[in-house]
Amino acid sequence: MPRFFSDTIIFNYNWDQVAQGFWKRYPNPNSKHVLSEDTLQREVRSGRLFTKRLLSKTNSTPKWAERFVTAKHVHIVEESIVDPKRRVLITYTRNLGYAKVMSVTEKVVYTESEEHPGKTVALRSAWIDSQVKGFSRAICAFGYERFKKKLQ
Amino acid sequence: MNSIGEACNDLKKEYDACFNSWFSEHFLKGNTNDSMCAPLFRVYQQCVKKAMKDHKIDLQEVNNDILGTDKEKQPQTSS
Repeated sequence: MPRFFSDTIIFNYNWDQVAQGFWKRYPNPNSKHVLSEDTLQREVRSGRLFTKRLLSKTNSTPKWAERFVTAKHVHIVEESIVDPKRRVLITYTRNLGYAKVMSVTEKVVYTESEEHPGKTVALRSAWIDSQVKGFSRAICAFGYERFKKKLQ
Repeated sequence: MNSIGEACNDLKKEYDACFNSWFSEHFLKGNTNDSMCAPLFRVYQQCVKKAMKDHKIDLQEVNNDILGTDKEKQPQTSS
């Protein structure tokens, strides 16, 4: 039972500040679970910047799920495109490994706010899926709640 | 922020500092020439690629591009 989630956030920073801050968001006090961050690919194509980064995070597994996942760390691939002319930043993240147990994919599109000049709008979509027979509903529900909790 | 490979931390810091200044001072101002940090990126990459092998990370899965392709997931109505 895949779960889909979406919301919109307004940041009180202009788009340039958000785009610059995107590269510097770790470490920060709210993301102690992020252990490492590396840039693996980066190139400019047709005026747009394409980047791929690898993040590693600690993995909190509930007791009942320990039989599916034993890893203490999880790796995340983050792809992004920055279009400085249209002032759009798109990020797309997914977990590596254990994707059959639980996959969490998140896409965020950051644009300049038309309504509020000087502010930035982030449109976020997230997909949580699991292919474990008999447990996928419980795993998706857990993943969905954990995802929402992390946003608070 | 640390690199996945402890040995790469200094190379990563140097590269990140270069990139952040290039991004703010050049790229966002319309200059798309990215040669400025290329030498730092190259040495940093040699280190990271080795560290990823040590951590047994599935390179094929990492190299798979999704964003901007038709493999991207599509929005749907929440169930």
